[in-house]
Amino acid sequence: MVGATRGMGRALARLMAERGDALVLLGRDAADLEASARDLAARGARGFVATARLDLAEPAGFASALDAADRALGAFDTLVVTAADSAQQETLARDPARLGRLLDVNFTATAVLCQQAAERLAGRGGGAVCAFSSVAGDRARRSNYLYGASKAGLSAFLEGLHLAYADRGVRVICVRPGFVKTAMTAGLPVPPFAGEPDAVAWVVLRAIDRGTPVVYAPPIWRWVMLAIRLLPRAVMRRVRF
Amino acid sequence: MADLESAGLSLEPVAGWGRHPIEQGAVARPERLLLPPGGRPVLPRGLGRSYGDAAVPAAPGALVLETARADRVLAFDRERGTLTCEAGLSLAEILRVFLPRGWFPPVTPGTKFVTVGGCVACDVHGKNHHRDGSFGRFVDHLVLRIADGSVVECGPTRERELFLATVGGMGLTGLITEVTLRLQPVDSAWMVVESEPVPGLGAMLDGLRDAGKDWPYTVGWIDCLARGAALGRGILMRGRHASRTEAPAVPPREPRRLEVPLDAPEWLLSPIPMRGFNAAYYWKHAWWSHARRSRARPTRGPAQPVPCRSFFYPLDAIGGWNRLYGRRGFLQYQCVVPRAAGPPAVAELLERVVEAGTASFLAVIKDCGPESDAYLSFPLEGTTLALDLPYRGLRTEALVHELNATVIAAGGRVYLAKDAVTRAQDFALMVPRLAEWRKVRDRWDPEHRFRSAQSVRVLGDTP
Repeated sequence: MVGATRGMGRALARLMAERGDALVLLGRDAADLEASARDLAARGARGFVATARLDLAEPAGFASALDAADRALGAFDTLVVTAADSAQQETLARDPARLGRLLDVNFTATAVLCQQAAERLAGRGGGAVCAFSSVAGDRARRSNYLYGASKAGLSAFLEGLHLAYADRGVRVICVRPGFVKTAMTAGLPVPPFAGEPDAVAWVVLRAIDRGTPVVYAPPIWRWVMLAIRLLPRAVMRRVRF
Repeated sequence: MADLESAGLSLEPVAGWGRHPIEQGAVARPERLLLPPGGRPVLPRGLGRSYGDAAVPAAPGALVLETARADRVLAFDRERGTLTCEAGLSLAEILRVFLPRGWFPPVTPGTKFVTVGGCVACDVHGKNHHRDGSFGRFVDHLVLRIADGSVVECGPTRERELFLATVGGMGLTGLITEVTLRLQPVDSAWMVVESEPVPGLGAMLDGLRDAGKDWPYTVGWIDCLARGAALGRGILMRGRHASRTEAPAVPPREPRRLEVPLDAPEWLLSPIPMRGFNAAYYWKHAWWSHARRSRARPTRGPAQPVPCRSFFYPLDAIGGWNRLYGRRGFLQYQCVVPRAAGPPAVAELLERVVEAGTASFLAVIKDCGPESDAYLSFPLEGTTLALDLPYRGLRTEALVHELNATVIAAGGRVYLAKDAVTRAQDFALMVPRLAEWRKVRDRWDPEHRFRSAQSVRVLGDTP
């Protein structure tokens, strides 16, 4: 798992650990990973929790992080990526370097990592790749299109990955959370249909187990986004959201 | 740090569980408990279950640091039950994870929706205070982030003064980030409970003392609208954890929580419906216990064990029950008077409430054991009384000041975790160790960076 120390990733990792899955937490901050690993272990995981270094800003290190996961688990059967970069639109609009970094992490790096993992899993008979995109990728909005574009790219990539690897036993799950109350969204005005990380985690875990290719969480966002996708562009220009 | 800076925090109304008073605060809910650079005032807040203004910002727009997302278990000793966790972990989560393995919080207040950090800051007590004391007694180690942003560790033997000032210190000595506490082993998730109707106050106080000799948990519910000879009538409850042989083989089921969908209208809280509710509660219990006793004992055996939650957390079954007190909210008044002052002081308090005609649901009465070494810890050896007063402006505040006068005369004090209106001069008369506490606080936080609406009111901090 990449992103298990925080937010929805933390909630999902707890569900997995509590039912006995063995986990390897991948991330940048060794002390933080260690604290989360201890949390998951103490919560009674009959499974086993290890940590290894992975920085989404350094794709060169992905192969060795996946090697470390393979060593720790024998061979991992599922990759989950909940980690992502986020920033306010005004910041991204003003600061090209910051924007570049966000696009790199959310699209390029995540796609490279998932591609590598899918190839590895296909080579040994299958598994699952689950990555967190966003409803922001379903339709561009003026107030959030920079972040949204990175997620739209990721959603398209994951759709293709699903098609390309379905025959080789790899399930691909694209999670599209709506507004979820986490530290990432703290301070933003809370819209209707906002969800809690624990509830999202349940939905995602079921989707991973079943291999549901696209999952909205909370599920109501599927219909919210369907309605928003149907709005003509002329209407999108007039509404301020 | 990114959590605190990158998100432009919008203001939101912040109140205690009593929903009075309310103040606008900039609320951060980070997963990592850091302080923003620059010495800006901060108020730590857990799950917001303190009733008054203990977790209400000192000034409009002040930074409130909600800790509930910092909820990781950092270590658990499976032999001894010693748990180290981040301060935002809730008792609800501890119960969910550790009760099935036979561990229970050493002390629990009447709701499980509290953080461990909040339990330390309020030095909470429970139905076992007469036997076990308050929460701080089971804390081995604390990690604090103090005013300058640095990390200090303290405990009963390490930086003892800071530890004693932090336990019961209402979050005013620093941000509690990690807590090590000792859970107690239990045989099951079930309780053996007995309840008995008690006709008056004297019998209630005697009953609590007697029950306390053999039972780890005791508490009384009082119909605080009954007058005259019936003053102080109520239900005495005794409980203990059920042994493995007594308990049903399966753990209790979690029921669906009900939500109070809207604020109750105020007429519902006027004395007549309230008196009806309280009397009904009393007679229901009186009838049940009579029926139980008259049935053939030998075949039926002792009462069936009940789930822990229905003994410890009856109100947790109703989400947002505080809305039952209407839009204007309520004050919970909780005081303790020393054993020596005894029944007359408690009777005087109840009489004042009855006289004031302020309706309240059942009041809770409980006898406390010896006081703790923590400077601001609430309980002391004697009797504690807690009752809800629907907030009706200055009239209600005046009643609290009157009740406080009785408490001061009896040598007692009020509980800061409940308080919203006690005056600074009254509080100083209640807490002899206040000067010692101030000295320790000034040493660690000379600028009083950690402050709340309550510390402004009761301790004279600048808003």
